[in-house]
Amino acid sequence: MCGIVGLFLKNDDLRPRLGEMLTDMLITMTDRGPDSAGIAIYGDEGEGAKITVQSADPTEFDGLDAALSTEIGAPVDMKVIDTHAVLTLPAGAADQAVEVLEARGLRIMARGAAMEIYKEVGLPKDVAARFGLRAMGGSHGIGHTRMATESAVTTLGAHPFSTASDECLVHNGSLSNHNQLRRKLAREGFTVKTENDTEVGAAYISSRIAGGATLGQALEGTLQDLDGFFTFVMGTRNGFGVVRDPIACKPAVLAETDDYVAFGSEYRAFADLPGIEAAKVWEPEPATVYFWER
Amino acid sequence: MNADAGITTLDLSTTELREVNETLQSARPGNRRYEIVNTRGAHAIAVGLDAPIEVTVKGSTGYYCAGMNKQATIRVEGSVGPGAAENMMSGTVIVDGDASQYAGATGHGGLLVVKGNASSRCGISMKGIDIVVHGNIGHMSAFMAQKGNLVVLGDAGAALGDSIYEARLFVRGEVASLGADCVEKEMRPEHLDLLADLLAKAGADAKPEEFKRYGSARKLYNFNIDHAGEY
Repeated sequence: MCGIVGLFLKNDDLRPRLGEMLTDMLITMTDRGPDSAGIAIYGDEGEGAKITVQSADPTEFDGLDAALSTEIGAPVDMKVIDTHAVLTLPAGAADQAVEVLEARGLRIMARGAAMEIYKEVGLPKDVAARFGLRAMGGSHGIGHTRMATESAVTTLGAHPFSTASDECLVHNGSLSNHNQLRRKLAREGFTVKTENDTEVGAAYISSRIAGGATLGQALEGTLQDLDGFFTFVMGTRNGFGVVRDPIACKPAVLAETDDYVAFGSEYRAFADLPGIEAAKVWEPEPATVYFWER
Repeated sequence: MNADAGITTLDLSTTELREVNETLQSARPGNRRYEIVNTRGAHAIAVGLDAPIEVTVKGSTGYYCAGMNKQATIRVEGSVGPGAAENMMSGTVIVDGDASQYAGATGHGGLLVVKGNASSRCGISMKGIDIVVHGNIGHMSAFMAQKGNLVVLGDAGAALGDSIYEARLFVRGEVASLGADCVEKEMRPEHLDLLADLLAKAGADAKPEEFKRYGSARKLYNFNIDHAGEY
């Protein structure tokens, strides 16, 4: 069992409230997943690329911006939040920056023009407070509360998983062909960092998008190529998608108003959303792809 | 609690769910009416009732709403999460909105009415309950259904009535596919009478003649020696 929440704003006036709305939804899903929590937030896009890194020892962030700037020969802006830091730098230097950061032993959580990922072990309310999620604004975001089944309870085993720029995936369920698929994807150049099944699902979708598929086509592909149980919610720079396996035993509810599209593992997650009484609320059909793009 | 006009209001924003359910479970027979407000999708609302009382749930609920009901009439003015009216023995549960998966599962008696759609596994392993869905139902509905009646005014998803025993299934719309050992059956006068009665009880505006009946081919009841080589 895990909890998923997602929010895709159609009304830009709500952008400053994205973090607050998503945090309340996330905390409501605590009893579906009390061991870890994470959130991917698509915030304001600046000039450069954003790289979110994590370290169990945040003193490693001391002087990181200056050191990275010297290595890549470009200006670096750094925002440290608890065990995570978001580095903003010129997009052209991002590949080199990732190499430098990984060589220093830092874990890359996310990269992209808009997306930042924060995830840690612990109760969702504690994770949200550590990162100040409530104060974050943005256009859309996805959150996950984890009750681990397929791999250990660690920071890297928490969701969301990102395997490409501005792409992330959260999952409720378990995949049974992930080892085979992991090897196949590795041969195609899409490597994953953990033993986790969901990360393989994320890499699969990223590989399809890299091969020219749209978000909708990539999600459609999961129905053919992934074996197991899944309710997936996927985020891209400008989109938000949902797909459930044909058995559809992992719960899912969608709500839509003129202002937003919301996803929740349960209706409870929507209880505080503005205008929810008048929203269109429905259960996504099995083996059916839903996505919204701006 | 507000006992005005003979209705006792139970507020889930100020009263623990367990206390709300204990109040309903200890209600004495009579003309007692209750309403539950501020549901906010909570689980296990109005479960285990055992008296002829009327309960109105004002809002959508989470898992297992109105489960294990006996005698009570429970109306939900909203949608219900998975397992609504699960294992009902008697009484009536009416859902104004949609029902999530396995609504009415394992029910032994009583009537479940869903005014909207019910999703997958509706009436799974039903054992005597009557279920009337005004909209559509999802896949694997009435799986291993043993007894009772499932009436669907809309369409049914894939594998309807898989491994069914003696429950009767009536569908007005399209059936995506029938499950193993489930077949279309002749609609006899007694079935039309039964259907007319159920439709009336469920406030459904449909004619019995518009439905098709499905049930067990009874081929899975006994081991077929001709198939021994397949195992």
